[in-house]
Amino acid sequence: MTLLNLVLWAPLAGFILLLSMPRAKEQAIRAVSLAVSLAAFLLSLGLAWGLPRVSAGEYLATDLPWIASPAIRYHIALDGLSVWLVLLSTLLTPVSVLISWSYIQKRVKEFYAFLLLLEFGLVGVFIARDLFLFYVFWEVSLVPMYFLIGIWGHERRIYAAVKFFLYTMAGSVLMLAAIIYLYNRAGTFDYTAILASISAGTLVLDRVEQQLLFLAFFLAFAIKVPLFPLHTWLPDAHVEAPSAGSVMLASVMLKMGTYGLVRFCLPLFPQAARENAGWIAALAIVGIIYGALVALVQPNMKKLVAYTSVSHLGFVVLGIFSFTQMGLDGAVYQMLNHGISTGALFVLVGYLYERRHSLEIKDYGGVATPAPWLSTVFLVTTLSSVGLPMLNNFVGEFLVLQGAAQARFAWSVFAAIGVILSVCYMLWLYQRVFFGDTPEEVRSRVFDLRPREWAAMLPLIALMVWMGVYSRTFLPPVTAANREILRMTNVNVLFEVRAPRGGGVELRAGRAAGPVRAIGEESDAR
Amino acid sequence: MPGNSLPAAVELVRFLPETILVLLGTLIMVLEAVTGDRPKTFLGHLAAAGLGLAACAAVYAHSSPGEAFSGMLVVDGFTTFFRLLVYAVGILTVLSSCQFLTRERANTGEFYALVVFSVAGQSVMVASHELIMIFIGLEISSIATYVLAGFLRDDPRATESAVKYFLLGSFATAFVLYGIAWIYGATGSTELTAIRAAVDTQAGREGAMLAAVAAALMFVGLGFKVSGAPFQMWAPDVYQGAPSPVSAFLSAGPKAAAFAVFLRVFETAFGSIGPLWEPLFWISALLSMTIGNFAALVQGNVKRMLAYSSIAHAGYILVALTARSEVGTAAVMFYLAAYALMNVGAFALLGHLTRKGERFQKVEDLAGLGSAQPLAAALFSIFLLSLIGVPLTAGFFGKFYIFKAALDSGLVWLTVLGLLNSAVGAYYYLRVLVVMYMREASEEVPPVEALSGGLRAALLACSAGTLALGIFPGPVLDFVNRSATLIR
Repeated sequence: MTLLNLVLWAPLAGFILLLSMPRAKEQAIRAVSLAVSLAAFLLSLGLAWGLPRVSAGEYLATDLPWIASPAIRYHIALDGLSVWLVLLSTLLTPVSVLISWSYIQKRVKEFYAFLLLLEFGLVGVFIARDLFLFYVFWEVSLVPMYFLIGIWGHERRIYAAVKFFLYTMAGSVLMLAAIIYLYNRAGTFDYTAILASISAGTLVLDRVEQQLLFLAFFLAFAIKVPLFPLHTWLPDAHVEAPSAGSVMLASVMLKMGTYGLVRFCLPLFPQAARENAGWIAALAIVGIIYGALVALVQPNMKKLVAYTSVSHLGFVVLGIFSFTQMGLDGAVYQMLNHGISTGALFVLVGYLYERRHSLEIKDYGGVATPAPWLSTVFLVTTLSSVGLPMLNNFVGEFLVLQGAAQARFAWSVFAAIGVILSVCYMLWLYQRVFFGDTPEEVRSRVFDLRPREWAAMLPLIALMVWMGVYSRTFLPPVTAANREILRMTNVNVLFEVRAPRGGGVELRAGRAAGPVRAIGEESDAR
Repeated sequence: MPGNSLPAAVELVRFLPETILVLLGTLIMVLEAVTGDRPKTFLGHLAAAGLGLAACAAVYAHSSPGEAFSGMLVVDGFTTFFRLLVYAVGILTVLSSCQFLTRERANTGEFYALVVFSVAGQSVMVASHELIMIFIGLEISSIATYVLAGFLRDDPRATESAVKYFLLGSFATAFVLYGIAWIYGATGSTELTAIRAAVDTQAGREGAMLAAVAAALMFVGLGFKVSGAPFQMWAPDVYQGAPSPVSAFLSAGPKAAAFAVFLRVFETAFGSIGPLWEPLFWISALLSMTIGNFAALVQGNVKRMLAYSSIAHAGYILVALTARSEVGTAAVMFYLAAYALMNVGAFALLGHLTRKGERFQKVEDLAGLGSAQPLAAALFSIFLLSLIGVPLTAGFFGKFYIFKAALDSGLVWLTVLGLLNSAVGAYYYLRVLVVMYMREASEEVPPVEALSGGLRAALLACSAGTLALGIFPGPVLDFVNRSATLIR
């Protein structure tokens, strides 16, 4: 029983424990779920502690047979790509428990049970190394989120929940077909084994196969990210979900998509990934600008934050499809940043809603007067979200823009527009909510942060500063994992290589097991 | 065996399960008559115990595999699997009927006897290796189910359901019989391996065309029994009108037996003229999935919705039949087991939730169930999630295995369309979940009584089986893979 197994199964044990508790003991249910989620978090800290900082291989792997034929294995492992996402999940679960303490009053038992089940699914997605197992976790995480939105959400919750479920489901069935196809070709569901046979040249997918498989995986991930124009489920789901649901959705669930892109789309189908990079990056940039522009005019705070997610995740996708070390590192770092900052924004919007019972910006104003600490914390989060230097988002956005510029300079120019716009919408939001005249409803109802609310926010604020000031704590394992992924994207790929002195374009097939480097990648040694 | 007309002892052992069932049915009829006015729930328990005994006999018979009665019956892994499956469906049906029948004041021994006779017919169907025996089994099974569909004779819906089922059903069996006549005319035999030998020698000649016509005729009849499109018209009306436990039985038992016959007849007898009849299967599969799912989308009545969903599921199974491989056969077997568990569970529970007289069948009538009856709602959720095909349930693994088989055989487009269909299907199952958990109960609807006794046990068994097949499909998968080796 490795530590990784404990981290994975603890939430499920908590889920079963909660189901067996009498439903009237609400306080005890809250306490148990907090204890379980905190325990899972503390255990997961051990993961980061022991993780090798420079190597990219599997760490704490467990590989057991699950189903004999077809050979499906319970294969889980950790690497630099997974570790921080696992920690993000285990950190935000106790945060969600804390912020729901007084927010959730009906059917408390089911709420916390679903929250823990969600954590189980999310952690599983990030550590599964068997494609079938990955798909199982992918779908399992869908069910609790569906119920979280549908039961405890706002007025249009049912519409939002069904839309969320169907969008994701429709996207993922094609991925299932692709997974089965890959099994038939490779003879295994095991991710590591498939990569090994691609490296060794024993599994060669032709161009058409790669293209179709890539698109099947990509569609599932792009819906989850969500990439423009597949994002329409997101604002609905976010606005209607309860605070904890929004936090888990924005902070962790969206990362399932971007994680999948890095983990599966790039190394498994490198040729197709490179060929499609152009239009995907274009969509990412459209998403960055479109999301920011729409956020600018939103009258509803939650919807505004939801659209900022579309914008921020555009950066992540752009970084991934820049095929540069910096771009990928930045993308992964930006996944974490978005998880922390947007998660924090949803927490704070939830606090405001609990006080004033409105999400409309026009119902607020001058909140800084009755609640100075709340305003300060909100300000720090805002600044983090807009990418102020010394705070976390700056590092990620910088790396992404740098990587994008290495790949194609114009990309970074357009993407940078999004950074400017983000300052506009966030600061304008802040100004309208926290400054100006204080209406009577705000003065009488809004009070400052309570201890439990502080407890939920403090770790997030601390991380914003830590990740902004000292990224070396987090980046080296990510870099190591990404280097391996980048190496895989160069295996067996046809490159356009320009002749050294002018001349035409010559096509060369790189069929070597080792990396074949393309122009523009020499400069990324860091 | 020339000169020896008496069957050997081992042949009787191979026929033991059916013998037990026929005796059991007769015994229940007699007991019904002699016990007078006493409550009849004990007959239900007797039927369940007897079916359990038959299952034991089937396992015992499996230890001496081989033919019986000059090749009319055959006991192999395939037979044993389907025998156990239809017995399990029978047990679940009688257990979940007791409470229902008591509520409807129709708790008589005939009901249980009819279920047992029907199961006996299905058992003969799945064990036969000869067309006349298959037909006899089909008739025994069908006639009992015609009566069951109209068992609540004071209910006009049930009567309509029974008449419709009877008329269309007899028409369909006539097709089967006509097909048998053709094949006898073409090959001079009704025994499957002999037919195969005859068809093989005539491949590409006139005789092959005759055999293909026979195959098409049998396809019509059996397609009706499995409610595959375009022979699915009867299913919604019959399932909706019949008492819910009977709908549960209809959608699982006869269907499984008919699919077993499909596999046996088409793979063994008509295997060599496959290209001639394969299009029938994939066209029917595609039609069933599409019609079933899209028609279910607009249903406001849960029972009717489940009826359409069972058409869609027949379509998924037909996809696996189209694959025509051992993996495909194994996938059919696994899916039928998964489907039996989740669908019997769903129909039986629905029969309970529709309350007395089955008056509350609309989706909205389930509102607030999540807080009023947490156990019933949780069980229903498990069945629905499995029908959607969410991982860790039997339905998911079954679908996965079917589409894997289809991709193995290169049916890429059928797989993609099938998977998209299953995403469409998610919508109407979700709607029920939504109503159960996310809407408040309305005032007019009377509360649901608590689950009790046999129904509770049957539902818990169904849900446990659904989860077990989803999480640890290994043992069952092992067995179906070993017994999917039909004579080809």
